[in-house]
Formats: sequence, C-alpha cells, structure tokens
Amino acid sequence: MSLVQVTDLTVEFGDLRAVDGLSFTLERGAALALVGESGSGKSTVASALLGLHHGTGARLGGSIEVAGTDVQDASDAELRKLRGAKAAMVFQDPLSSLDPYYAIGDQIAEVYRVHTRASRRAARARAVEVLDRVGIPDARSRSRSRPHEFSGGMRQRALIAMALACEPELLIADEPTTALDVTVQAQILDLLHTLREETGMGLLLVTHDVGVAAESVDRVLVMRHGRVVEQGPVAGVLGAPTQPYTRELLSAVPRVDAARVPSQASEGVVLEASGLRREFGRGKRAFAAVDDVSLTVHRGETLGVVGESGSGKTTLGRMLVGLLEPTAGEVRYDGHARVGVNPAVQMVFQDPVSSLNPRRSVGESIADPLRARGEHDEGRIRGRVTELLERVGLEGAHYQRYPHEFSGGQRQRVGIARALAADPRVIVCDEPVSALDVTTQAQVVALLGELQRELGLALVFVAHDLAVVRQVSDRVAVMRRGRIVETGPADEVYDNPQDPYTRQLLAAVPALDPEVAARRRAARRELASA
Amino acid sequence: MNGFGGFLLRRTIGTLATLLAISVIVYVVFYVTPGNVAQITCGPRCSPEQVHQVAQQLHLDDPLYVRYWHFLQGLVVGQDYSTGTSVEHCSAPCLGLSYQTDQQVLSIILTRLPVSLSLVTGAMVLWLVLGVGTGVLSVWRRGRLTERVLTGLTLAGWATPVFVIGLVLMIVVCGELQLLPFPQYVKFTDDPEQWAWNLLLPWFSLALIESAAFARMTRSSMLETLAEDHIRTFRAYGVGERSIVGRHALRGALAPVIALNANNFGSAVGGAVLTETLFGLPGLGQELVHAVSVVDLPVVVGVVLVVGFFVVLANAVADVLYAVADRRVVLT
Repeated sequence: MSLVQVTDLTVEFGDLRAVDGLSFTLERGAALALVGESGSGKSTVASALLGLHHGTGARLGGSIEVAGTDVQDASDAELRKLRGAKAAMVFQDPLSSLDPYYAIGDQIAEVYRVHTRASRRAARARAVEVLDRVGIPDARSRSRSRPHEFSGGMRQRALIAMALACEPELLIADEPTTALDVTVQAQILDLLHTLREETGMGLLLVTHDVGVAAESVDRVLVMRHGRVVEQGPVAGVLGAPTQPYTRELLSAVPRVDAARVPSQASEGVVLEASGLRREFGRGKRAFAAVDDVSLTVHRGETLGVVGESGSGKTTLGRMLVGLLEPTAGEVRYDGHARVGVNPAVQMVFQDPVSSLNPRRSVGESIADPLRARGEHDEGRIRGRVTELLERVGLEGAHYQRYPHEFSGGQRQRVGIARALAADPRVIVCDEPVSALDVTTQAQVVALLGELQRELGLALVFVAHDLAVVRQVSDRVAVMRRGRIVETGPADEVYDNPQDPYTRQLLAAVPALDPEVAARRRAARRELASA
Repeated sequence: MNGFGGFLLRRTIGTLATLLAISVIVYVVFYVTPGNVAQITCGPRCSPEQVHQVAQQLHLDDPLYVRYWHFLQGLVVGQDYSTGTSVEHCSAPCLGLSYQTDQQVLSIILTRLPVSLSLVTGAMVLWLVLGVGTGVLSVWRRGRLTERVLTGLTLAGWATPVFVIGLVLMIVVCGELQLLPFPQYVKFTDDPEQWAWNLLLPWFSLALIESAAFARMTRSSMLETLAEDHIRTFRAYGVGERSIVGRHALRGALAPVIALNANNFGSAVGGAVLTETLFGLPGLGQELVHAVSVVDLPVVVGVVLVVGFFVVLANAVADVLYAVADRRVVLT
C-alpha cells in the first residue's frame, strides 16, 4: 500500500477552485515534489493531506489516504493521531511557525507528549535528542532558548526536529527553504536528504523553486491552476519536459552557469562611492552594516550586488540613492559630491505591495516624482504618467486603479514607472524580483534590460539570488558582512571565483540537473567532514 | 547603564518628572479657574474682612510661582503654617494643609489611601479572574451560543453604570436575602474577616464593570493569536484545542491584559468615586471630588499626586511583567 494516495482531489474556497482533479501517489520512503507558481494550489494540497481544511469552510472532493488513514472521513480525534505522529509538516517561515513565548525544547516536548504517554522529563529528553539530531550545537542548553534567539537556519532545523520527534512515516515540507539564504538552504536540503536516508520516511516537498526540487526528490509533479501539468521522475520531467508549460517554467529559471549578452556600457563613470561606511546603534550595540565599500557605476551598465541576508547590500543601495546618510565616505554623482536625494538616482523597492500606498491610485503614485520636481500642469502630468505606464507594459487607463487591483509583477512595473518618472540616469533596484514567480521574474528582468538599452540607464541590481544577478549584470560585487569580498566582470567572478566565500555561495546554488545536484551534495559533504 | 538597575533608575527619574509636571498643571489649572477661593473657603456668611483675612492666611494673593515655590519647599524641607491661633509645623514631605479643615494633607491621604487600595486590590483580583475567564471561555466556545451569550453579557456589563449594579446587588444580597450586612468600612488591621465581608459587594460591583473590558480584550487578542502561523503548526502536529486555546493563544493575549490592568488599577485608586460613594467607603476618590468642589487646592494636588504615583507605579510593574511574559522584551 502506498504511503500517500490522492485520487481526484478537488478543494474549493467559495467560488475559487484551488485544486481541481488532482491525483498522485507517494510510495513509502520515496520523495515527491509539488512544483508550481504562486496560486497553483500546491500548498493547499499539502494542508489537505493533514486534513487541515477541516472546519474552515473549504469544500473537498475526491479521496486522500495518508499512512493508512482516510483523511476525508477521519474524525477530529483520528486526524490528531495522524498529524505529527504519522505525517509531520515543516512550514515556510520558521520564525512565525514557532510559538514566540515558549522554549523550543518545550514546544517539541509538548508535541511529543501529545502522541506518546511519555513523562515530561522523557519528552524533554527526546526534544534534546532530536535537536541534536538535526545539528543544533549544544542541544541541551539551546533547547531552553526561545525562537527569536535562534538564527533562521537554526529555527528551520528546530521545526524539522519537531517533525522528527515522533518518527513519522511522511514528512511534508511546505517551501522549507524559501525564507533562507542560499548557503543555509543547501544545509537544510542536505539535512532532509540525510534524514530520509537514515529513517526511510517519505518526503513530500512543496516548492516554487525548480532547483530545490531537483536537489531533493525522485519524482516531480508540476502544478498549474490546481491541475497536474506533468509528473514523473525528476530527471525526465526537468531534463526532457513534454508539456509547454513545464518548458516555459524551466526556461524562465535563471541559470547561474549561463553567460549573458553584455549591455552597452561606456567608460564614463556616473556614480561613484568611496569608503562608504554606515553604523547602526550606539555604544556597545553599534555595528557597521556597511564597512569601507567603494564602487563605481559606469554609464549604461548593470552592476550586480549579491550577498546573503545581513550582508549590508540593502543599506548600501539606500546610501547610493541618498535615502540613508553614510557615517563615513561619500557618494559622487557625475563627479560631484552628493548631498541628500538626487532625482537622477532612483530606486525600485523589493516589495511591490508595501512600497505603493494602498490608498492612492497607481497614477498618483507615479506622478509623485513629477510633482516633487515642480510640475503643476495636470494635463502634462497625466500625459507623462500614461506614457510611463505604457512604457512599462501597462495601460494608460490603469491610472485610476489601486495597487490591490494588480498582480505582483504588474505592481513591480508600477514601481519601475515611478522610478522612471524623474528621468533618472541610475536606478538602484533592491531585490526587485525576489517576491515574484519565475515567469514573472523573467518578464520584469527583460523589461529592465530593455529600458536600460533604450534610455542608457545605469542599473545597480541588489539581490540575494546568484542566478538572477548573473543574468542581468555586467559586473558583480559580492558582499559579506558589510564588505565587498570580490568584484569584477560577471563572467569572471562566476566562472573563476577567487574568494572562498564566493565559491561557497556558488556551490550552494541548487542545480537543475539531479546528477549535478548529487555531485555537489557529495562535494559539500566532503567539505563538511574535512 | 543597563539591566534592571538602569531600568529602575530611569523609571524613578521619569516618575519624579511626571509627578512634578502633574503638580504644575494642577496649580496652573486652579490658578486660572474663576471664582473667589477665599470666599468659598470661608463660607457664604463671611464678611469681606474675614474673606480678606483668609486670603492672606492662605497666601491666595501671592503670584502663582511664589505659591508653587512654597509647595515645593514644603515637599523638600517642610513648612510652618499659621492657623490664626497657633503655628503648626508640617515636616517634609509636606503636601500642605487643607484650606477647609487645616488638617495636614498627608495625614488625610494616609487615612484614605488604605480604603482605596483595599477596594481596588480586591476588585482587581476579581476583575482579572472574571474578565480573563470569560474571555477564554468565549474563545473556547467560539461560534456557539455560549460565546454569543457571553459577548452580550460583557457588552451589557460595560454599558451598565456601577451604581445600578451596586444598588441591585445591595438590595438583593443585603436587603432581600440578608446574606451580608450593608457594607461599612472596617480596617484590615482591626478585623481582617469583617474587612473582607464588608468589601465583598463593593469588590463585585467594581469588578463586574471592569471585567467586561478585560473579557473583550482577552477574547479579541486570543482570536488574533489563533490566526497566527504558530497556531497552525501546533494544529498540524495534532495538539488538542484545549492546549491550543489555554496554552498558546492565552499566552499571546497576556501582554494587552497586563497593559489594560495597569491603567485600570492606577486610575481606579483615585477614580472609583461612584463605588466609594455608593457603599460609603471613605476613599481617595470621594475626597478628591469633595476637595475639587470646594477648591481645596492642597488636598487636590496631594490626591492627584498620589493617584499619579500609582498610575506610574502600575505601569512600571506592567513593564516588568511584560519582560517576564515575553523574553523578547528588553527593559529600557
């Protein structure tokens, strides 16, 4: 009997059919990835396996059988026996997925005691044991820490420890590494792999990242609009996709190993930073987020700034635009020292939802820089905004619409139009595509490239995603702990990295080819054991 | 300076500054309030000469800053007051003498404060138990009849004036059923048992009203917590509803309850006038209302400062409790 048997599953929320006639099986000890873009229904399926839609008003059809339990017909008590004991789930955001008020060891012990008759003391010991198992150093004392005292990677390890506590037959991981840095992601994926080898549990991985799937599973199921597009062995689906959507999805994934067509960079330096330093906090708590960073941006080129969270890349971007004043050093624009904000240097922000005022129409938001420049003629403002909207691939008629009426990709286009309104010569893009699906991401990246060629813009592209940065950049600067550790032409840095940290980063990027992924994993293991 | 010592130091300085600011405001407000204070103090039948004499005796004709300076002097080094026939020394910290009775304000407050604290402390225990209990129960039975009934009751409780509840309780419990004597204040040090029996009704009357706010606050913050991601985690691990509501959701609701309690406790010390009046409890609230009506400035300032002190104290205690309840909070 299979570990998971889903037949003709439908899930409806009101009028919305999130999952539509989905069937798949997962054998004991096997690993399956549900891959799809946001809204494809993949997380809904994961929740349905544990019966988490019970009592939420969602309507379910079809049948689900997990580890011998008929989830659709199970009573609440039967479902509680399934959850955590036979099938355990690991969630996306490890900070919000743990109770902030209780010690991590206590939370794991609580779950353990729900499913066993263990004493408090035995449950606590079990918690320490599984924390140790997932590689938390000094597990006994760290088990008394609250979640906020753990780093992101450690929190995800703690959640995995919670999942392991009752030795489940199935582990469901819902975007387990999306909130993590690439090196930490590699560690967590390796950990899941090792645990699966040792315990023989089945894995259902839900992810939007094809690379993560390729690293971790035997079989892939590609989902779109709640339906199966294609499923099969990972090498087959990713290596030789038969469906157009799968091909589209794969071609949109940026490759870390593909060179790019260079843009028409010229010799003239448009933006120059020297000795930039920025401190936060006072006294003993003071730390330098950016420390002695110097860089130049040439006319018409793209400079990629890549680094993990906390490396100072956003702080650097904000100083380049003038949103933050440096503690030391200076930013020169066109050879002149710059004070405050210069309209010729604009910014596109990461989160297109929160960087637009939800109570003002997008047209008004785009008009802001025009008004700030002293333009008062309503007709001219309207004309220019319409032109900008059309320039970024939207319609002039969208002037009166509000941000919530747009999709993520469209909102980011609005953000780009707003940056263009001031006729900038440099745009600093801070993680402009990290909140977007791969296909949308590819479109926005293409738009930025087009605008650059047409308007001769210089771009500073700040991102954590090494593949995207390679795709767009002429030159790359790698940041770590506030400093630039390596800089140079993109192809040189990626193909022949000099700094050990750059090498470590590149080794952690998930590979699309399962064989390459296996080789890299073996290499990482050797590195770790050495 | 960091840590708990630094916190205490900063809070003490902050408290002193707050209290000074309050006293200045009260002085200014009374100074600009229209009406002849000397006439009111002396009484309606006083002759103009007598009124003049009173004004002089109380330094009512001095400029504002001189009077405030005298007040500060009294606080720090003490003050001598002539009461017409004799000179009375009021040692530091001296809050002055009552215009009306020539009694020292400090001793007035010291006789009234225990009454107010007895009332408010007991009521606080009750309103926390009743309010948080009702909140938890209505979350536990959410979506069912119990929740709707409880929500209706708390809304009704909130909207009912204390003298209605108090009167009804008194008529039923003391009058009809004769379970308790009509309340009168007995000092705790005289007879703790009688103290408690006599305060039972006032406690309940005050607590029933206040607990409505706590019930609503507890309910809404628990519902908010229940929508959070970590609750989903525990559901996905088969943890039962009892533990989810009683352990995880309630813990998340503690912070707002602590904050609300600090405010309510502090203000009830000087603000439970209706309850005090209804049950004939000679507390600070009654004294304050009376002092305001006869423009007895020293008493008003004294009571306001004491009440202010309790509000600030309650909030400092709340901050410490926050840090105990949630280790992410750092005391500053």
